[in-house]
Amino acid sequence: MGLMDKHAIIEKNATLLLVGSLLVVTVGGIVEIAPLFYLDNTIEKVEGMRPYSPLELAGRNIYVREGCYLCHSQMIRPFRDEVERYGHYSLAAESMYDHPFQWGSKRTGPDLARVGDRYSNDWHVQHLSDPRSVVPESIMPKYAFLKDTPIQVKDFSTHLVANRRVGVPYSDDMIAHANADLMAQADPNADTSGLLSRYPKAKVGDLDGNPQQVTEMDALVAYLQMLGTLVDFKHYDEAAGYR
Amino acid sequence: MDYNLMREFADSWGLLAMALFFVGCIAFALRPGGRSQADEAARIPLKDD
Amino acid sequence: MKFGTETVALSLFAFAALVAAGFGVDEPFRQHMWVLFIVLVGFTAILLRNTSFAPAAPIDPSAYMDGPIRYGAIATMFWGVVGMLVGVVIALQLAYPDLNIQPWFNFGRLRPLHTSGVVFAFGGNALLCTSMYVVQRTCRARLFGGNLAWFVFWGYQLFIVMAATGYLLGITESREYAEPEWYVDIWLTIVWVAYLLLFLGTILKRKEPHIYVANWFYLSFIVTIAMLHVVNNLSMPASFLGSKSYSAFSGVQDALTQWWYGHNAVGFFLTAGFLGMMYYFVPKQANRPVYSYRLSIIHFWALIFLYIWAGPHHLHYTALPDWAQTLGMVFSIMLWMPSWGGMINGLMTLSGAWDKIRTDPIIRMMVIAIAFYGMSTFEGPMMSIKSVNSLSHYTDWTIGHVHSGALGWVGMISFGAIYYMVPKLWNRERLYSLRLVTWHFWLATLGIVVYAAVMWVSGIMQGLMWREYDEQGFLVYSFAETVAAMHPYYIMRAVGGAMYLSGALIMAWNITMTILGHQRQEQPLPGSVPALQPAQ
Repeated sequence: MGLMDKHAIIEKNATLLLVGSLLVVTVGGIVEIAPLFYLDNTIEKVEGMRPYSPLELAGRNIYVREGCYLCHSQMIRPFRDEVERYGHYSLAAESMYDHPFQWGSKRTGPDLARVGDRYSNDWHVQHLSDPRSVVPESIMPKYAFLKDTPIQVKDFSTHLVANRRVGVPYSDDMIAHANADLMAQADPNADTSGLLSRYPKAKVGDLDGNPQQVTEMDALVAYLQMLGTLVDFKHYDEAAGYR
Repeated sequence: MDYNLMREFADSWGLLAMALFFVGCIAFALRPGGRSQADEAARIPLKDD
Repeated sequence: MKFGTETVALSLFAFAALVAAGFGVDEPFRQHMWVLFIVLVGFTAILLRNTSFAPAAPIDPSAYMDGPIRYGAIATMFWGVVGMLVGVVIALQLAYPDLNIQPWFNFGRLRPLHTSGVVFAFGGNALLCTSMYVVQRTCRARLFGGNLAWFVFWGYQLFIVMAATGYLLGITESREYAEPEWYVDIWLTIVWVAYLLLFLGTILKRKEPHIYVANWFYLSFIVTIAMLHVVNNLSMPASFLGSKSYSAFSGVQDALTQWWYGHNAVGFFLTAGFLGMMYYFVPKQANRPVYSYRLSIIHFWALIFLYIWAGPHHLHYTALPDWAQTLGMVFSIMLWMPSWGGMINGLMTLSGAWDKIRTDPIIRMMVIAIAFYGMSTFEGPMMSIKSVNSLSHYTDWTIGHVHSGALGWVGMISFGAIYYMVPKLWNRERLYSLRLVTWHFWLATLGIVVYAAVMWVSGIMQGLMWREYDEQGFLVYSFAETVAAMHPYYIMRAVGGAMYLSGALIMAWNITMTILGHQRQEQPLPGSVPALQPAQ
């Protein structure tokens, strides 16, 4: 065998090793992840889910930005203590429009999957500004700066468009009204009938105690106050949802 | 294709195929001629830098 | 002209960053681009100072290329100290929340800085420099591609700086251990492909007929991380001049994709790569071949096959379908076996030379690393059992588990490798001080023990408090009460972390003095020189 032949075999070995290990490591992912996209029963059939309103989406982006998911889960497990503490266990359907998901992995603080409607807007503003003034045992950082930071509105419709491109059913109507809806939701004097027809159950009005401007605090409170409130569990069939 | 069909395949032919592949890998690694080759490969780091 | 094209390319990129800083659609993005601009201008200035019109000195193609490895060893040490320091800071923030400084230094922004700092900056640089060291010496070939290794090194440092500054500015995708936003992800992809080319190219031009098993582990780590990184970070930017993007998948699919990534960042970045390190540096330091080369081959294939399935155990009892949870649990338990294959192989390499544990503090460090590897790869499968997980999930137990793997296995094996490499890379006769290595060893080991034990207690306690009922059938504790109960443990955890950090600082001192060429005058360690024999 000539030298060149030997070299070819050696080359083949390294490439074989590369291709072989790549093949071996793809199997698990394909078998586990791919079926989630086409098995019909992965996501339960529920009533009431809708895309986030522009202000809620902006609030969600602040939730992500501040790393809230590092200490708060949004995933109630089907145990007696969790259901009594936090509410009905979480369904896959409830995060079907979540890009990215915010299930979390650690509860340094309590679960937030159903925190919506549990406290008043004022409580949230006070708690976010100075957590220990309302919960003395809390070890949460302060987020008072959110009250003083006006929301950035430079064409928020691009955010809805990006979400639509990855599968969230935002209509042309929703995208056209994105900037107006964003401001209207936290404005106590605005006409919110259009907003509420596009986004039923959205929390409207002055959320942060400062009607003069729409701040990041308005957005975050709007998001927190809708968490877990959309699905109507009176009409949910437990048996059909079991996977 | 539904879940039950995949599950049936996975715990019959799929399982058999993986088990056979695994046994084959071990047999290959432990084949009688392999020892000297492996011993030689194991000494690679100890040759002089 | 030396560095001609590089300088021009860099200055063009710097200009592009300046343009993006001017036209960015959101404030964090503009700030981030200013950071990028300043860094790139700095790089350009350094290159300009090193430009020369003299013909390049001929390179000896048979000599190893050790320049990037020397820089890599220093970078490993530097980022290690930074990442661990941030870890101690956030541990203290949990004990004393007034240490949070809003908005940039709140826990939520610092925590990714800590995890990425230790995993990708410290661990990543350790993998980068040891893989370049090992592949050259086991292939008997110079690194492939000329200055490609320098591009990989500096490109990776740029990734670290952009990721870290992004977290502080609030730029994150919120995917744990994959937080950087889309444009930083794209940059890492480019650097990573260059790294793959560098590594594969060096293997292809090797003079040794066999590919040594350490290179198998390194290669599978590089190629798998490439796959995981690309798939998990698929996302749609809201604007190409903005920092925000939305992940391609949603909800349950997004969750499993993330934890398929997240668990295998552990499996391939923190395990396969560092096993490659073990398979070279333990035999070298012990001066014995690996215990069973054939076991290493079997556990290699079993490990990389099984690891990839284990992701769903991060999502037990969530809205992920039950079949996926069960599959993840079964494979996680099976994973125990190949993991212990690696542990046995590493430990048994010392069979017949166990006295070295007493006499050689570097071997001692490597052995404790392998012991912690064995311990955490037993604890992991146990925690992946659904009934155990129902208690441990969401609690500090998970944090303790991660740290016994990260501090015990990843940290200690990297320290051992660096202690071995540095005198060789700088042609020093020995380390500055072996006694300081012993100090480092004990501080680090005791630090880990304190950390892990405290987190077991606090984690299990918190899990039990959450689910405790009284005789009337009411929950006993409010959530706030369980938080208050954690306070003493959070203080003790910070103490354990601080011990580990102080060990790393001693190492940094020791390594610095070694590089500067000093040798500490000290009594040799007992047993390290043969005792005098009585005359016959």
